[in-house]
Amino acid sequence: MNDRIHPLITLSNEEKGNFMSVKKLLSVTIAAGALVAGLSVNAQARDLTVVGWGGASQEVHRNVYFDPFSKKSGVALTEDSYNGGLAKIKAMVDTKSVTWDALLVEAPELLRGCENGLFEPMAWDKIGKKDDFIDAAVSDCGVGSYVWSIALAYDGDVLKDGPKSWADFWDVKKFEGKRGMRKGAKFNLEIALMADGVAPGDVYEVLGTPEGQKRAFAKLDALKEHIQWWEAGAQPPEWLASGDVVMTTAYNGRITNANKEGKNFQISWDGQIYAVDSWAVVKGSENKDKAFDFVAFASAKDNQAKFPEGIPYGVTNKGAIAALPEALGNQLPTAEANLKNALANDTEFWIDFEDELNERFNSWAAK
Amino acid sequence: MDQAPALTASQSDVLPQEENGLPLKVKLRRAERMKKIRAMALIAPLFIFTLLIFAIPIGIMLVRSIDNPEVVSYLPNTKVELDKWSGEGMPPQTLTAIFATDLVQAYHDKTAATVGKRLNYDVSGMRSLIMRTARKFKSHVPVDATLDTFVKADKRWKQEKYWNALKRASGSLTPFYLLSAVDKKIDDKGDIVNVSEGQAIYVNIFWRTIWIAGVVTVISLLLGFPIAYLLANTSSKVSNTLMFCVLLPFWTSLLVRTSAWVVLLQKNGIVNSSLMNLGLIDEPLTLLFARPGVYIGFIHLLLPFVILPLYSVMKSISPGYMRAAESLGAHPAVAFVRVYLPQTLPGIGAGGVLAFILAIGYYITPALIGGPQDQMLSYFIANHANSTLNWGLASALGMILLGSTLILFTIYNRLTGASGVKMG
Amino acid sequence: MQLQPYATTGQKIWHYTFLTIAGGGLLFLVLPILVIIPLSFNSTSFLSYPLSGFSFRWYEEVFTSDVWVNAIQNSLMIGAASAFFATVLGTLAAMGLTRTDFRGKGAVNALLVSPMIVPIVISALGLYFFFAELGLNATYTGLILAHTALGAPFVVITVTATLQGFDNNMIRAAASLGANPVTVFFTVVLPLILPGVVSGALFAFATSFDEVVVVLFSAGPEQRTLPRQMFDGIKENITPAIMAAATLLIVFAFALLTVLEYLRRRSEKLNGAS
Repeated sequence: MNDRIHPLITLSNEEKGNFMSVKKLLSVTIAAGALVAGLSVNAQARDLTVVGWGGASQEVHRNVYFDPFSKKSGVALTEDSYNGGLAKIKAMVDTKSVTWDALLVEAPELLRGCENGLFEPMAWDKIGKKDDFIDAAVSDCGVGSYVWSIALAYDGDVLKDGPKSWADFWDVKKFEGKRGMRKGAKFNLEIALMADGVAPGDVYEVLGTPEGQKRAFAKLDALKEHIQWWEAGAQPPEWLASGDVVMTTAYNGRITNANKEGKNFQISWDGQIYAVDSWAVVKGSENKDKAFDFVAFASAKDNQAKFPEGIPYGVTNKGAIAALPEALGNQLPTAEANLKNALANDTEFWIDFEDELNERFNSWAAK
Repeated sequence: MDQAPALTASQSDVLPQEENGLPLKVKLRRAERMKKIRAMALIAPLFIFTLLIFAIPIGIMLVRSIDNPEVVSYLPNTKVELDKWSGEGMPPQTLTAIFATDLVQAYHDKTAATVGKRLNYDVSGMRSLIMRTARKFKSHVPVDATLDTFVKADKRWKQEKYWNALKRASGSLTPFYLLSAVDKKIDDKGDIVNVSEGQAIYVNIFWRTIWIAGVVTVISLLLGFPIAYLLANTSSKVSNTLMFCVLLPFWTSLLVRTSAWVVLLQKNGIVNSSLMNLGLIDEPLTLLFARPGVYIGFIHLLLPFVILPLYSVMKSISPGYMRAAESLGAHPAVAFVRVYLPQTLPGIGAGGVLAFILAIGYYITPALIGGPQDQMLSYFIANHANSTLNWGLASALGMILLGSTLILFTIYNRLTGASGVKMG
Repeated sequence: MQLQPYATTGQKIWHYTFLTIAGGGLLFLVLPILVIIPLSFNSTSFLSYPLSGFSFRWYEEVFTSDVWVNAIQNSLMIGAASAFFATVLGTLAAMGLTRTDFRGKGAVNALLVSPMIVPIVISALGLYFFFAELGLNATYTGLILAHTALGAPFVVITVTATLQGFDNNMIRAAASLGANPVTVFFTVVLPLILPGVVSGALFAFATSFDEVVVVLFSAGPEQRTLPRQMFDGIKENITPAIMAAATLLIVFAFALLTVLEYLRRRSEKLNGAS
C-alpha cells in the first residue's frame, strides 16, 4: 500500500504543479457542489403541494379552492396532477420522498391507503361536524369533496341519433369508429356486464364470481380492437373533438365543460357509475397542518357551494347542497332523472378485488 | 500497475539505492510508473463517480430481482416456524399459532398489506385473504390459533396452496421474480412450470421488443443507405445542406419529435388529411396508438444513427473501385453488389446494431405513440416500477433488458473495433 | 452523383428511383419538425392546417405561465450544473486515458461510457431505488448527479477524440522552456482541445436538457423540467403551447448544431495546422 502512495507524496516540481491544478479544480468542484446543495436545501422548504386530477376540474379547483385559500391564509401553494391510483403515493411514502401534501382520491383507494398507512388520519376537529356531510363523505383518513360520474359521451353534431345505453356502445355496426375507455379494470368491467344485460343492481354480485369476471372480460374482448384507452380525464373530450373516437366513457363534468367552449357533446346517463372523491393528506407530509387547513377550507359549505358552478359535480357538504342553484340540477350525477338506472361504485368490492382484477386487466390489454 | 511493487522489491536486491546512481532502465521504468499513476489520478474522479452514481445503483437494482424481504421482516417469528416446517400437507399448530400473532402485529404496524401484496404475486387472491383474516383477528387476537381458527376466519385456508405460497415466500432470497419474467413459476410440488396461459405475457413481450426493434432497424437501413450514399457522393456544398436534414432531427429533443408525430398522426391529422386529399385513401388510417405510428416514430429517431456511420464508411470508399469494375465490363448493378456493397458492410453492421440497441431500450416513443399492444420491455419495467410497484419484477425484467443490451454491445464493439463508440 | 450521358434507360430509371428514395427519406427526417412550427403561431387551439390566423398567444403562455417558466428554469439550471460537472470529470478522465496504457484500461473505458449504452429506463430504475435510500429522490441534487453521470461519457469521447490528434511534443516544448504543468495546461493544451471540451459540454448539456425518464422516476413536482412538462402535455392534451415550446427547442437544436459545426471545423483546422 505504502509503495503505491509513495510516488504521490515525494512530488517533483512538475508533480506539485499538477497537484495544484487538480486541487484548484477540486475546490471549484466543491464550491459548485455546495452551490447545488444550497439550492436543494432551499428547495426542501417545500410549498404546500395540492394534487388534483388535471384539466378542466383542476382549473375549477384552482379558482374555487387553491387561489382563494392561498390568498386568505398567505400559504404558498404548488399544484400537481395525477390520474389516480395509490402507486405514486406508496412509492413516495416507501422511498421517504413525500412531495405531495393534500390530494383527491377515489373511495376504494382512500380506504386502502388508510389501512396501509399511506394517509394521515383526518383532522376532523379542523374540518367540522361529521353530521354536516353526506355519509359517503365521512371516513377516517378523508373528507368527501365531490360526487362525480363516469358515463357514455358522444358528439351530438356527429351522431344525431346517438347511443342510448352501454349495449349501443358495443354496437360497432350501427356506430362505426373507435371507443374511448379509461385504462384499468375499474368501471370497464361493470360497464361490460351492463352492456351484456346485467342490471345495475346485480353488477357487483356477478362480478364477485369467477364466472362473472370471465363474462366481463369476454365482453370487453369483443370490443377490444375498437377501444382507444385514455388515462387522463382531459383526453375523452379532446378525442371526441378531434374525431379520434366516436363515443367514449368520460367524467361527466369534463363533457359539460367542453360544451361551454361551443361543443355539442351529449351524455347518455343510462348505466352511469357514480362515486365520491375525497381529500386526503399523505402520511409523513411536512406540511401536514397547512394541508389540513386547506382541506378544511375546501370543505366549508360556502366554498364548496361555488364548485358545481364551475364544473357540474355534486358536493358533499349538506349546507352546500342546499345552496345549489336549480338550473344546475339536471347536469349533476345526483339529479333525480340521471340516477334512474345508475350504479353506485362499490368501494368494498374494489378494495377486495382491485389488485387481482387490475393485474388480469393489464396482461389482457397488453396481448 | 499491479506489478510495480514486485519490481521495486527485486530492484532493492540487485541495484544500488543511491538516487543518482540508478541505471537508465530503472529511471525510465520509474518515470513510466509515475506517468501511469498520474494518468490514473486523472481518471479516478470520474471512475469513482460513475461507479457510485451509476454502476452500484444498477447492481443494487439487480439484487432486488432476487431479494425477498417481506415475510422475513414483517412476519419474523412465522419465518422461523416456516423454516422448520417441511411444507408438505397442512401446517403444524406451532406455525399457525405464531402466524396468527405475527399477522395481527403486522396489521397494527400497517405492514400486513405489504406481505399480502407479495403473496398475491404468487397466488392470486392471497392479498385479500391475508387482509380479511388480519381484520377478523385484530379485534380479539386468537391465542394458540389452530388451522381451524384460520379456516373459521376464511375457509380458503383449508387449501394447501395458500400455505405452500407462504412457505415459498419465507426465504430471504427468491427465484420468483426472475422466473416470472420468463413466464415460469414454482408449483406446489417444487417444480418449475409455465404459468397459466392468461398470465403468461413477458416472453411474448420480449419477442415483441425484438421484433419491433428488428423491423425498424431493417427499414432504417434500407432507407438510410441511399441517403448516406447521396450524402457521400455529391459535392460538399450540397452534401453540407443535406447533412443538415439529418443533423437537425438528431439534435432536436426527443419530446419535440414525439409530439410532432402525435400531432401529425392523429385521425384527422396532417398525414391522414394529406393522404385523403391525394386520393390515396378514402378512410383515415389508424396510425396513432397503433403499431404503424410506433414504427414511423422509431424510424425517424433511428435514421440519423444509421446514416452517420454509413456515411463515414462510404466517404472513405474510393470511387476508383467502381470505375475499375465497370471498365472491366461489369454491369453497374453487379459492380455495385460485388464491389461497393461489401465495402460498406462495416457501416451497415455498426449502424444496424447501434439502431437495434437503441430501439430495444426506448421508452418514451412507444409510451406516447403506441397503444397497450405496442409496448415493449422498457414500458413494463417502468410500469412495474411506478404503477404496480412490483419492484422485484421490474428489476428482473431490467436484468433481461440489460443482458440483451450488453450482448448486443459486445457485438457492436467487435464490429467497430477497439475504439468503442463513435459519435457521428 | 452525375448521371453519365451514355446511361441506358434502365440506369436512368434506377438513378431517379434512387434519388426519389433518398430525397423522400431526407424530407421524412426534416418535414415533421418543420411542419409543427407554424402550428405554434395559430390563433386558435386547433392543431391542423389551414391556420386560422397568426398569433403569439401560445408563446405568451409559455413565457408567462408559472408552470412553463418554472420548467424552463429547472431545465437550464439542471442542464448547466450537470454539464459543468460532467465536463470537469470527463476532461480529466479523457486526459488520463490518452496519456498512457495500463492493464484493465478496456474495462475502465467500458465503465466510463456505460451510461451511454445502458437503456435509460434501467439507469432510471437503479437510480430511483438508490436515491430512495439516500433521500435524494425529488431533489435537485439527485437529478444533477444523475444527469452528470449520463452526460460525462459524451465529454470523455469528444475530448479523447480531440486529444488523439494532439501532439505531445508541444507539452514537452513548453515544459523545457520552463512552464509549469498548470501553465502548460491552460496556455497550450486547453486552447487546442477546447473545441472538444466545448462540444463535450454541449453534448452533456443537451443530454440533460432532453432527458425525461430519470426525471419521470426521480423528480418531484418542484423539479419538473421542460421535457417532463411536454411529456404530460402530450399524454393528456396537446395544445399549441406545447408546439410553441417545441419550436423554441428546435431553435435551440439549430443553434447547437451551428456551434458544433463551427467547433468541428475549427478543430479540423487546428489539427491540420499542427
